[in-house]
Amino acid sequence: MQITGAEIVVRCLQEEGVEFVFGYPGGAVIEIYDAIFKQNQFRHVLVRHEQAAVHAADAYSRSSEKIGVALVTSGPGATNAVTGIATAYMDSIPMVVLSGQVSTPAIGLDAFQEVDMIGITRPCVKHNFLVKNVAELASTIKKAFYLAKSGRPGPVVVDIPKDITQQLAAFDYPESVNVRSYVPVMRGHSGQIKKAISLLLGAQRPLIYVGGGAVQGNAWEEVRALVQSLGLPCTNTLMGLGAYPGNDRQCLGMLGMHGTYEANMAMHYCDVVVAVGARFDDRVISVPEQFLAQAKKVIHIDVDPSSIAKRVKVDVPIVGDVKLVLREMLEQLKHGGETLDGAALESWWRQIEAWRAPNSLFYAPSDTLIKPQYVVQKLYEVTGGNAIITSDVGQHQMWAAQYYPFDTPRRWINSGGLGTMGFGLPAAMGAQLANPYATVACVTGDASIQMNIQELSTCKQYHVPVKIINLNNRYLGMVRQWQELFYGNRYSETYMNALPDFVKLAEAYGHVGLRVEKPSDVEPALKEAFALKERLVFLDVITDQSENVFPMVQNGKGLNQMDLPPHMREIQLNPSENNRDYGNLC
Amino acid sequence: MRHILSILLENEAGALSRVVGLFSARGYNIDSLTVAATEDPTLSRMTIVTHGTEEELEQITKQLNKLIEVVKVIDLNESEHIERELMLIKVRSIGKDREEMKRMADIFRGRIIDVTDKTYTIELTGTSEKLNAFIEAIDHAVILETVRTGASGVGRGERILKI
Repeated sequence: MQITGAEIVVRCLQEEGVEFVFGYPGGAVIEIYDAIFKQNQFRHVLVRHEQAAVHAADAYSRSSEKIGVALVTSGPGATNAVTGIATAYMDSIPMVVLSGQVSTPAIGLDAFQEVDMIGITRPCVKHNFLVKNVAELASTIKKAFYLAKSGRPGPVVVDIPKDITQQLAAFDYPESVNVRSYVPVMRGHSGQIKKAISLLLGAQRPLIYVGGGAVQGNAWEEVRALVQSLGLPCTNTLMGLGAYPGNDRQCLGMLGMHGTYEANMAMHYCDVVVAVGARFDDRVISVPEQFLAQAKKVIHIDVDPSSIAKRVKVDVPIVGDVKLVLREMLEQLKHGGETLDGAALESWWRQIEAWRAPNSLFYAPSDTLIKPQYVVQKLYEVTGGNAIITSDVGQHQMWAAQYYPFDTPRRWINSGGLGTMGFGLPAAMGAQLANPYATVACVTGDASIQMNIQELSTCKQYHVPVKIINLNNRYLGMVRQWQELFYGNRYSETYMNALPDFVKLAEAYGHVGLRVEKPSDVEPALKEAFALKERLVFLDVITDQSENVFPMVQNGKGLNQMDLPPHMREIQLNPSENNRDYGNLC
Repeated sequence: MRHILSILLENEAGALSRVVGLFSARGYNIDSLTVAATEDPTLSRMTIVTHGTEEELEQITKQLNKLIEVVKVIDLNESEHIERELMLIKVRSIGKDREEMKRMADIFRGRIIDVTDKTYTIELTGTSEKLNAFIEAIDHAVILETVRTGASGVGRGERILKI
């Protein structure tokens, strides 16, 4: 029996077990929407802007192990989706985006709502397809799902011309996919793993550095087993938060530009670092020259060979699925019987504890002004540390990452690579739909939230009861911080004049809005918000405008040259004093 | 350093632009690029001449391999290889210069493939250096047009690039 291309699209999504499609209709996809209307196996979520559809699908993937799907029309629908696609690409998130295209005879003729989607998205997708033959539609969609999830995950775009959705073909969904030019390496090389183990066991100052690859690769149990069996210190990247429990003593917290003092110092002074699904990016290690100024050996486990030795020379590269590689490592360790030099490790831990002691995340509390860090800490307490937290981009993102420790993965959903403002609210929507029983909160700021605030309407329509914690400082805070520190307090275009009344705005969309202006009201307001389980609550928290994110590694500086919060500035002036236990090192 | 990359890729619409897009997006150099279908019409063979440090070449190779449609990549510089480039050069040749130009073409083992009263079109193959040498050897003022294909390369001996 032959069915239309549009029906084939729907059948493919059903075969893939898709639960939600986030999208927005239009001329080029109207046939697909008609086919969606006639089925009830998956739900369609009508967003208010295509960017939000893609962010929601992205967060649906991030917060579960499933693949998010977005559906947009041609032209402006497609271009609106691009920021979302690039966001997912930078963070290696599996996702399938179906875009409508003008009919094949019209392609290239500047037709109404025509845009070269394949050309536009080429640099920000794992792969993309233009379907030119209805007989290849099903196998192309199958390939798209396979490519999105396998190897290093990423978004895949399938561009479907309107006439293809109208033409008839038999539906035959392939059971498996074979792409001869694409064979991701899964198992690590045993010899390399052996080398890595002997290097690691010979270390005096070892460190495990865990990134988003451990989250996407579902390798947290293996990470935990490795770190705990050898008693190693471990640091998580922004994308890796939760891959190793944030509350564990062996966790040094996040490293990088706004990482903890102990994590950054350990990263700088370690002699062997094992990178697990992390890519030494500029916000983590700053400049490679500074990072390597202190001699160290690098073991790098990554499923993507091109991530290895991209910024930092690697001594032992291991290409493979992080979970499988770590498993084999653990297996070899069990049989090898060797252990680390206990005395050296003990002395390394003593040094780390000395770095940790002054608490680089300490901030001066206030009775009059609400400190944004305090809000995040209270959020942690009120949610019992069990919420899925999405964030936008800026100071609030860093505070959420610093003050909300994650003990399990897939609970911290943020745009780490691309840094997309406007990600938080649609992401919260996607995460909530993927996890209907979870508590989901979006930590955002007064600038970011306005970049996709229209999604309050979508949340109303689908009863998505997320909680929005708006750290409202009336500034584009992170840019303002840089202007204060490096641009002589010239706050060029970073003051948010004429902000809306967020409480009324939330109410206008049919939600609950609450404003918090006093530190003593923070906790009760959070409790009130989270008690309203069925409602979206917008908590507009008026915070201290002058608060900055510390610690901080300035551009071009080493991880051992951090700008520390005021209570630690003496240490900064006299680093050798702080490192006296390690006099031979520093 | 100059490198010649040989790439086997799916003969599909858009595959070429993925390769070219990768080079421009990541700031790699393309000195020349040639591509055509192979005896197996589902595959194309591409030769890219590029230059960069060893680290850059390693990244280029890895990034190329990451493209879904790229089947195989080799750096011909890693072992002995042969490379050839074709040039068509149209020169003005009048009077006594005609004989001289014909002699030059002979010396470089070129062939004159089109003749008018005032011009010759010469076909030359060889390494890129040889073609450069020919251009250097003749009077620049008489060159009307040059068309070069860019280098194509193949490994010497038994070494082959196939699926």
